[in-house]
Parts: sequence; C-alpha cells; structure tokens
Amino acid sequence: MSRAGGAPGRSQVAQSHKLARAEGEGGGSRAEGEGLGAAISAAAISAADVWAALEGIADPEIPVISIVDLGVVRDVTVEGERVRVAFTPTFMGCPALDAMRRSIEQAIAALGGETQVEVLLDDSWSSDRITPAGRARLAAAGFAPPAPRGAAPPTLVQLQRAPTRCPWCGSPDTRLENLFGPTPCRSLRYCNACRQPFEQFKTL
Amino acid sequence: MPGRSRADRLLELADDELILGWRNSEWTGIAPFLEEDVAFSSIAQNEIGHARALYELAARELGGDADALAFDREPGAYRCAALVELRLVPDWAGTIARHFLYESADAVRIGALRAGPDPELAAIAAKIDREEVYHRIHAEMWIDRLGAEPGVRAALERLWPYALGVVEPALRAELARRVGETLGRPLPEAEPVERGVHVPELASLWEEMTAVRRSAPAGARW
Repeated sequence: MSRAGGAPGRSQVAQSHKLARAEGEGGGSRAEGEGLGAAISAAAISAADVWAALEGIADPEIPVISIVDLGVVRDVTVEGERVRVAFTPTFMGCPALDAMRRSIEQAIAALGGETQVEVLLDDSWSSDRITPAGRARLAAAGFAPPAPRGAAPPTLVQLQRAPTRCPWCGSPDTRLENLFGPTPCRSLRYCNACRQPFEQFKTL
Repeated sequence: MPGRSRADRLLELADDELILGWRNSEWTGIAPFLEEDVAFSSIAQNEIGHARALYELAARELGGDADALAFDREPGAYRCAALVELRLVPDWAGTIARHFLYESADAVRIGALRAGPDPELAAIAAKIDREEVYHRIHAEMWIDRLGAEPGVRAALERLWPYALGVVEPALRAELARRVGETLGRPLPEAEPVERGVHVPELASLWEEMTAVRRSAPAGARW
C-alpha cells in the first residue's frame, strides 16, 4: 500500500495529463482506428479523460469543491479499459468515503472503463493539498480555507492565532470557537466584526 | 504480551478505538454544553474511523471483514484495555481524566508505531496521528482548565493504573513522563491493569453495540 515515492504533487499530476494527451494523440488516432473497428478506439480512455471526469465529482459533504480540488485523488493509471484510481480519505472516519468510492466507480463506468479504486491509508494527504481553485471555492461558499500546516502538527496557540478572514465580511478579526464541527474536517470560528459564526476546513 | 502476532496488535488498537469511540459517543446530546456535544461526537467518529481501517488490515490476515471483527466476537474476545471500557457518563471529571490519559497513551503508542519496523503500520499510524493531534489539543485544553480541580485530580489517580495498561511495558516510563510533564506533577506509581482484564460494564456495551447486527444475521439493509 505505501508507495516509495510518495503520491504525486500537483505538478506531476499536470505532467501526467500532458503525457496521457500526447500518447492519445500519437497512438490511437481516429483515422487509423477506423478500419480496425471504431468501437475499440472510441472506448480508449486516457488519464486526462479520467481526471476530467473526477473533476466533476463533488465532495459529498462540501459539494462546492471537487474531489480533485480537495487533493484526495492521488493517482490515476489507465491500462486499456482498466482504470486504477488511488485516493486518500481526508479523515478516516469520513462517512462520505463510500459515497466517494461509488461516485468514482460510476464516473469511470460512464467513460466505459473498469475501475479499481484503491484507498490509500498513508500520510500522503494534508490540507495543504487543497488546490488554490479549491480554496477559492471553499471561501466563496462560506468555508474559510485551512491555515497552512507547516512541517510540525499544529498547536492550539497556532490554530487560535492563525490569521483567518471571515468568509462573509472579510474581516481578520475572528476567533476559534470549537476545534470540532459538524463534520470531522471542520472547525467552528466566529467573526467579531459581523458577528457571524462560520466554519473552517481543519488544518491537517 | 510478547509474542503477540501482528493481527493481535491490530486488534488491540482497533478494539481500543472502537470501544472508546462508543463511550465518547455516549456524551452526544448530554455533554455539559453544546461545544462538547460536538467535540465528543466528532472525536468518537474519528476513533471509530480508525477502528474500521485497522480492522480492515487485520481482516486481511484473519479473514472476514471489518464489521465481522467489530461485531461478531464474544465480549471476552475483545482485546481492548479496561480504560476504554469504563462507563463514565455522567462523570465529566472522570471523562476528562480518561480522555487525557488515553490520548497521552495513544500518542506514545502511535509514536512507537511510526518509528517501528512495519512500513504499513507506520504509514497508517502517521495518518491517524494527523487526526489525533486535535484530540490531544482538546484533552490538554481541558486539563489546563480543570486539572487542578479535586474531582479531576482524584479521577486521574483512580484511572492511572488503567492508563498504564493501554501501552506495552516498554512504553510505560515514557507515558508516565509525558503525563507528568503536562500535569506538572507525577502520578503515583501504580500496578497496571493489564489488557485482557475486562470490566463488567463491557457486557452491556457489547449487547447494545451488536444488537442490530445480531438481530439481522443476514445483514441489515437500509
């Protein structure tokens, strides 16, 4: 289960997109495939297709963000029609885990692929993996994005003092109300300026 | 304890997390204030999530699946430490004391697994540790507030022998050091309540926890 090289960062992901596209363009062009059986070439799935399909899957508990922007899809490998997706739960007790797995299987079935979903239980995901686009979407929906984690685990003082803007009014005058919230991945904060409570994605 | 198989060790960890998760969830709706309803429920959910992942690993060696390991064993076959079995509701002081002692013991144990020779266990321990950081912060925050209160002081001393039983003998000195450092005073030396000794109230927890599973042996569907 544990992978020596660690999971791919965003840049490697982007690279494998490109690589998959290049292969697709070079290898299975429609013109060539026509005579041999259009069905085969039409069913060929690229890693880019899979990533695009996964981008359409919303987090079941915070539906404004896709599982790709959440950073939990760690790897996609395509061999013919067989698609292997490795993903990490944010929290291990996340009740959305099974729903995410089903959504991934359905999305890939819709591409005509056979899926193998591998759940990685290692240390390869951190809230720092949420993409800039994902952070912006969280903020727009009223969830403060997580404070950066750094190398060491967060302390109470750091969590209390981390500058966090209110997603409603933008004021930095906010305080930590509860480390825990309505789902494992969220904390509760309060804005002293506009007097609204709001949720923050936990720094993990 | 020496000579335990890998599956035994996984079951110890998983049973601790499952049973403590259950005990913590007993505060849902009746904690002293709303924030603590949310906190203890969320902590319970995390612990049960860890239990599930650990049972899945154990099931690869023992057969069956996570649910079978969690619910189909007889109460006497559980390998949890007695600390997590104690029913403490409505004793808030005792609950805070157990929370702090368990999280301290768990931190020591997870640290050892992370540094240990089994790469799969080290990886899952590291993943679990990211979540447990929040439990520790929460427990230590409460000890900071209430640690000097007579009720909590008494509960810490009463539960200390149980806490020692959570970790293996080689890790007990480190646990004592860690707990003493946070409390600012050492807890008295005590005879550990070893794993394998079950308290009577485990039976009623087991009855309730496995009731649905036992009522629908073919599998409940909803």
